[in-house]
Amino acid sequence: MTVWIVVVVVGLVSIVFKAAGPVFVGNRTLPPRVESVVALIGPVMLTALVVTQTVGGDQQIVLDARLPGVAAAAVAVWRGAPVVVAMLVAAFVTGLLRLVS
Amino acid sequence: MRDGVRAALPLVPGPVLFGLSFGVFAETAGLSAVAAVVMSATTFAGAAQFAATSVLDDGGTAAAAILAAVLLNARYAGMSIAVASIFPGSRPRKLVESQLIVDESWALSGRSGSFEWPILFGAGLLLYVLWVASTAVGTLVGSTVADPKSLGLDAAFAALFLALAAPYVRGRKAVTASALAAVITLVLLPVAPPGVPFVAAAAA
Repeated sequence: MTVWIVVVVVGLVSIVFKAAGPVFVGNRTLPPRVESVVALIGPVMLTALVVTQTVGGDQQIVLDARLPGVAAAAVAVWRGAPVVVAMLVAAFVTGLLRLVS
Repeated sequence: MRDGVRAALPLVPGPVLFGLSFGVFAETAGLSAVAAVVMSATTFAGAAQFAATSVLDDGGTAAAAILAAVLLNARYAGMSIAVASIFPGSRPRKLVESQLIVDESWALSGRSGSFEWPILFGAGLLLYVLWVASTAVGTLVGSTVADPKSLGLDAAFAALFLALAAPYVRGRKAVTASALAAVITLVLLPVAPPGVPFVAAAAA
């Protein structure tokens, strides 16, 4: 029962979050100030995702094999590598480090 | 739309392996196969699904599991507002198609500097189908799947978001905002429940 309550409520909330912009804001043009804030949502969200995925642990900062893997991927991205190459570089470095440690 | 599918193709291994591992994990955490697939089909957000499921796995209450997922998914409210104007058609259609907003499809759709609906739709649709299907397969194969960590999959996800972030971090404002977001996320990671760093970083 608990499981289904969680599944249904989390599903409904997610649907509302994702629909919030297109359904409730729609084509209305936002004030320029809000517009400039919205433009920064992209870099901010993605940066936060990179940080949590790289050093995030169970409510703590965990420095492990992910860090060198992501650093190697950062170099690849900086050199113009496509997304899939960056992912492979990170997985390879991190996987290898875990294998030998 | 085809452009969107094509743009998302290189990312395919990520969501598939992530979906498989969610299916496996859900099974061990006591979700039935049906519940796991329903969750993937309605929530369609890996991190929130893992968070809610792991709270249940640890014996947490329904309220705690829901809170964890809601906090993690709150970012989608901001992200969906950012792409609000690109969705065509009636409100019911927008309601359905907006469900294809997920980190990867959203990030891909804005790579050119402005958000493009065909990319978001195509990429989102491909990712959605793969996500639900791989969750279903995961519940079936169970623990026969290799530990995603030993494959370095967690680092691959960080690299995925890094590569997706790169085109966005142009111009002084974006660089400053990203740097600030990184610092806030780092500071809040140890002290705040999962998801709060996102909301705080966005507020900054």
